[in-house]
Amino acid sequence: MAFENFAAFIDMGGYAAWVWTAYGLATVALVGMLVVSRRTLKARTREFEEMKANRK
Amino acid sequence: MHKFANPTQFMRIANAIYPWVAGICVLLFAAAIPIALMFSPPDYQQGETVRIMYIHVSSAWLMMMIYGIIAANSAMFLIWRHPMANLVARASAPMGAVFCALALITGMLWGQPMWGTFWVWDARLTSTLILFFLYIGYIALADAFEDSERGDKAAAILALVGSVNVPIIHFSVEWWNTLHQPSIIKASKEGVDSSVHSSILLPLFLMMGAFTMFYFALLVLRLRSELLAAKIRNARLSQIAGHSAAQPAE
Repeated sequence: MAFENFAAFIDMGGYAAWVWTAYGLATVALVGMLVVSRRTLKARTREFEEMKANRK
Repeated sequence: MHKFANPTQFMRIANAIYPWVAGICVLLFAAAIPIALMFSPPDYQQGETVRIMYIHVSSAWLMMMIYGIIAANSAMFLIWRHPMANLVARASAPMGAVFCALALITGMLWGQPMWGTFWVWDARLTSTLILFFLYIGYIALADAFEDSERGDKAAAILALVGSVNVPIIHFSVEWWNTLHQPSIIKASKEGVDSSVHSSILLPLFLMMGAFTMFYFALLVLRLRSELLAAKIRNARLSQIAGHSAAQPAE
């Protein structure tokens, strides 16, 4: 463990704003891509199923 | 190689490896995040800001790898007209743009405390910004035409022309004297060589692996979407063609 206690971990040696913003943005970017990709797949699947049902 | 051009064949393999890729991705993140944030030591010069490096370098690696994948698939699409190659490129481009933006922004967040500035117009940063514009250009061009095939072709040509930028980004820190630090990992015949201690390399490799698996897992999901969209489009076209033949006028 590189930190003495939890407060030191949050403080990041005085660089908290830079480190946590970077990790926060990375999380938002990755989770965002995952959510958008899954939502698109669900919407397309539904559209495709409806189209197949309407044809019959 | 050519048998993967068949979408059914391609997706059978992609769907089979998907749970493994997704599972390995979760495991790698579970290992990488605590090691990167808590267990790895601070750098003797850069202190705790070195932790930004783990996501900065991983994003930069992905933006380069994805561009390489787009360029290679664009070439296959233009030469052999493989529809699957085009879909791989199209499904990858938005992810490449996001990783490129992430590399630029995390770079700024690291540059301000360490260099004293968010941005310098040096070779590495400028060529990376150009890569971001190439991604945006590719995405815009692919959807810019009524006739989607023309858009696909134009975007593929842009991707190929833009690929000269990739080696420029890679070697920029060696070719020009710049504020950006040189590569810390060097691959040679003897294996991977690095001037950096293993306590910092371990979280870096774990994070790069996690990001890479994340891309491949999402690529499978996005390819399923692209294929469904193509099926929907084709069905609509044949429906319109069928209707107009049966009833020429309302």
